[in-house]
Amino acid sequence: MSTTPDTSPSPRDLLREQLATVLPHTLVTLPDDLPELIRTADVIVHADALPEVVPFVIDQLGYGLLSDIAAVDYVEHGLFELVYRFYSIGGGGDLVIKVRVPREQPDVPSLLPILPGARLHEREAYDLFGIRFIGHPDLRRIYMWDEFEGFPMRKDFPKQGDNYIGEGA
Amino acid sequence: MITTDELQINIGPQHPSTHGVFRMLITVDGETVVNLEPVFGYLHRNHEQLAEVNTYLQNMPYTDRLDYFNSMANNHAYALAVEKLAGIEVPERAEYIRVMMVELTRILNHAGAVGFMINDMGAWQTPLAFGIREREKILDLFEMVSGARMMCNYFRFGGVVRDIPDEFIPRLKKLLIAMPAYVDELERLLRENEILLARSEGIGILPREVAVSYGVTGPVLRGSGIAYDIRKAEPYSIYDRFDFDVPVGSVGDVYDRFLVRIEEMRQSRRILEQIIEQLPDASGGHINPKARQNVRPPVGDAYARVESPKGELGFYLVSDGGPKPYRYKVRAPSFINLTPLGDMCRGYKVADIVVILGSIDIVMGEVDR
Repeated sequence: MSTTPDTSPSPRDLLREQLATVLPHTLVTLPDDLPELIRTADVIVHADALPEVVPFVIDQLGYGLLSDIAAVDYVEHGLFELVYRFYSIGGGGDLVIKVRVPREQPDVPSLLPILPGARLHEREAYDLFGIRFIGHPDLRRIYMWDEFEGFPMRKDFPKQGDNYIGEGA
Repeated sequence: MITTDELQINIGPQHPSTHGVFRMLITVDGETVVNLEPVFGYLHRNHEQLAEVNTYLQNMPYTDRLDYFNSMANNHAYALAVEKLAGIEVPERAEYIRVMMVELTRILNHAGAVGFMINDMGAWQTPLAFGIREREKILDLFEMVSGARMMCNYFRFGGVVRDIPDEFIPRLKKLLIAMPAYVDELERLLRENEILLARSEGIGILPREVAVSYGVTGPVLRGSGIAYDIRKAEPYSIYDRFDFDVPVGSVGDVYDRFLVRIEEMRQSRRILEQIIEQLPDASGGHINPKARQNVRPPVGDAYARVESPKGELGFYLVSDGGPKPYRYKVRAPSFINLTPLGDMCRGYKVADIVVILGSIDIVMGEVDR
């Protein structure tokens, strides 16, 4: 394994192959009959395995630049998806790790102990989607005001009317 | 022994040096910063939520308002993301026009950023006027092609909204001839002025490894000595055809970040000269005629990114097959570049905070979205 990633297999295939040999218990295998919207070719790992997979991706595969953490609310399928996107300083395409958590209990281990760059990404996902990053020392609202109730980017959040303030106001 | 109490004070949200409505909660021990915490959200308008209610095309003018200095770069990143998602081809000439606009944007942004930084140091108005003067000339060019000076809304899926007028290239050539003298002048202001050197050298140091672990991009990362430029690292559009260098700093202080910006202006000029040479004639068309603007991309997701003047600007889109994005996420460079602000300011004086913040070059429209 080298620290500069080889560009010939795509980062996605590289990651799947490497994880299958080194950390096989972290991979999630999806059933074939999933609805079209939540089908994906990207690598999905167990949420709890994230603190294991991310150092592997950074140190062994050389993808040290955390570019983005995007949350997506698949409300009809009852899950949140988090899309972690890494790049290599040496150049090349992105390496994507996806994590799926149930909407009722959106708990994901925080990357902050591993990567300080995750701080604002995680606060944003918490503020807008209500995803709880376990181990984040400073998980507060970032855009909405502190008294705000609810998570405005969730698909079931009311888009109109005056419900948006919440009962406490 | 006399003990001093630590004091918490706010800089902003209404403060001329915070470049918008941005608040910094700082803890000071005398004049020395002990801790700094950025507070966001004063310009939050749930841009991403709005985008999920609009159609894909309706979002194009909204992207102008993210980083309102560089609307062309925002347009480019969004257009690339939708084109990736829907599989739309872009004609040759349109690619050249796009890159031309984006490189002009880079010059405009860096001229403004350097001007504002010197302004923040207390050299009121004159250096800033130098920057703004150059910016105006480029805004005139933007007005010529798009009808608007700042909110250009010029890009469309598969090309640009209209071709450049005949008088555009002569005007651009004139601008490029005058440019080196102007950039040299701006550099001299920084390099040879003792006060500016004292205010910028060794201030706000962001070491190499720390910069990577914080995920910063753009001139901030390159100022720390890492030659990471998306135009080279993962060439998009037609950037693989141009010959240009990626300037880097050595120490990672305020001074390095601004030298990087000045050198990038020269490199953008090089790219523009190559574009003028290579620009295909108008027969190729400025937009793909088969590209539908009321696009309904197939189910799936796509992420496209560009090297915007401030760093990595990316759009993550998820389509459910409908006319509106199911999810629209902006990866805003100046938001993520603020992550290490606290570490960069710790130990420096209160007056340095403003300069360090200026060297990151933020725009609140993009930070708060």
